[in-house]
Amino acid sequence: MPDDQDGPIIRVRGLVNRFGRQTVHDGLDLDVRRGEVIGIVGGSGTGKSVLLRTIVGLQRPATGGIEVFGRDVLHMRERERRELESRWGVLFQDGALFSSLTVAQNIEVPLKEHFHHMPLRLMDEIAATKVGLVGLPEEAGDKFPSQLSGGMRKRAGLARALALDPEILFLDEPTAGLDPIAAADFDKLIGDLQSSLGLTVFLVTHDLDTLFAICDRVAVLVDKKIRVGTLEQHLRDNHPWIHSYFHGPRGRAAQHAEA
Amino acid sequence: MASAAASIAVTEDAPGSLVVQARGRWLVATAEQIDHTLRGLDLPQGKKVTFDLAGVDRLDTAGAWLVLRTEHALIERGNNVAIRNLRPNFGPVLEQVRAHGVVEPAPHPIPPHHTFVGFLAHIGEITIGIGRRFYAILGFVGVVAVTIGELLPHPRRLRVVATLVQMEQTGVNALPIVGLLSFLIGIVMAYQGADQLRRFGAEIYTVNLLGISILRELGVLLTAIIIAGRSGSAFTAQIGTMQVNEEIDALRTLGLDPVQVLVVPRLLALVVTLPLLSVYADLMGLLGGCVMSLATLGLTLPQFLSQLQGAVGEWTFWVGIIKAPVFGATIALIGCFEGFNVSRSAESVGKLTTLSVVESIFLVIVSDAAFSIIFSLLHI
Repeated sequence: MPDDQDGPIIRVRGLVNRFGRQTVHDGLDLDVRRGEVIGIVGGSGTGKSVLLRTIVGLQRPATGGIEVFGRDVLHMRERERRELESRWGVLFQDGALFSSLTVAQNIEVPLKEHFHHMPLRLMDEIAATKVGLVGLPEEAGDKFPSQLSGGMRKRAGLARALALDPEILFLDEPTAGLDPIAAADFDKLIGDLQSSLGLTVFLVTHDLDTLFAICDRVAVLVDKKIRVGTLEQHLRDNHPWIHSYFHGPRGRAAQHAEA
Repeated sequence: MASAAASIAVTEDAPGSLVVQARGRWLVATAEQIDHTLRGLDLPQGKKVTFDLAGVDRLDTAGAWLVLRTEHALIERGNNVAIRNLRPNFGPVLEQVRAHGVVEPAPHPIPPHHTFVGFLAHIGEITIGIGRRFYAILGFVGVVAVTIGELLPHPRRLRVVATLVQMEQTGVNALPIVGLLSFLIGIVMAYQGADQLRRFGAEIYTVNLLGISILRELGVLLTAIIIAGRSGSAFTAQIGTMQVNEEIDALRTLGLDPVQVLVVPRLLALVVTLPLLSVYADLMGLLGGCVMSLATLGLTLPQFLSQLQGAVGEWTFWVGIIKAPVFGATIALIGCFEGFNVSRSAESVGKLTTLSVVESIFLVIVSDAAFSIIFSLLHI
């Protein structure tokens, strides 16, 4: 199973997603390059999260092809799929931590699942490393999700997503619901981890500051398709939604903050 | 792909100077094997140790942790440690892990209730908890009573539609399950009764057994237990979900009384439907018993009916039915009470729904026992 090292790490072709009679994506194409941070934006209901869920296999598309690491994810055996799943990590909106487990136990879940014989002590050590890596205090490992603040839960969710040292990190609105300081910290954390661990980051967001701070390219969901480009390209785009998104009061504020 | 691809070799290049050579892929997938090898090493003391990473092809955070843990352990033993030949692209990973300190994980604390004192304390806590809960339930009953008291002079403020909807859901929709189960229990009772009484040549008294046990106890008790599982749990889940969504708070800020809006219709509905369902359960139970009696005892329908008439006094039916509104009120109050107890997490909805069913069945059986005592004192 050789990987395609040169081509895009994620390749989406002709994706169609429908819910009942409503079409969310209609022939959507997207390439994500290895090692980049790509931000997915779009109005409410344009299917940003649906796109993420389709790529990681939580949502079966009506038609279309999806390749990750050059392999067709829609038609693969269970074994292959499990191996593939150990190579990406997903952070859901509110962390989606298992509420009956402590943070450290949450991080150990994927380790236990993929490495049955790993000694408990080593798992504890790896979990503690990840807790430190995402900037949580040491003692957070023994806490339950309900004892953590929203920002800490997201960090813990990120630690779990990083448990297997994935190559791709999927983030669903990582900064939603965080105060501006925590959101900026989280942006920095993702940027740091991305550059030091060489991750590819697929980032669904509403947060303009995040886009300007860490994204290499931005994909805008409009008209059931996607337009990918650098921020500069989008800033020049005349599509009415894209224009008002980037040139609205908040868009301008974020640009100034960056400049 | 999962070949054993990491190795460690220790060589002494000069007296008092060691070289630890790491090779291969230092990844989470190989961490177990590396960890095993590292723990098997006999670490030197007070020497000059060079950690040579030239042979490391791949490194992730788990591998970086193992490198740093080893470095840390060597330094603690008084060695002079240097890392060399780290590939430049691995530098950031190692630094990222090192930046957050090499922390040994804290040992897992023993849960308090696993010690003897903790166990005793746990029992104490549960006991106090039961007391508090009982007190809180009484308080809730009081609040509901006051609300109903306020409604009495203004009957138009009663939510008729909501009450009817609840009656449909808790009563009409429960008819199939209540009927079927009662019918089956009737069959079982008749069969077991006939089997035992035949030994004394008294199988005709199966009819008496059926009539009295179903009318006085089983019909209403069975109905109450089914409704506790069916509707009591639904009340807790409905109100609990509203609590999670802050809908209850929204009601309050809109000037609506949640007890009046949510509890009173449910309470009224169950107080009315449970007796009706019990009558239906009585009938279906007797029907089941009748079918079985005709089949196994060789009775004719007129014989069965006249025997039943002789066995059942005028109070037998009422003794059963009189309990039904009390059971209904108990189930509705507990179901709603636990719904309001839900904290703002989805987890607690499930927990309290279970608790609500257990509590209401418990209280139904306790009050059934209380009724028995009262009836025996009254010689009914």
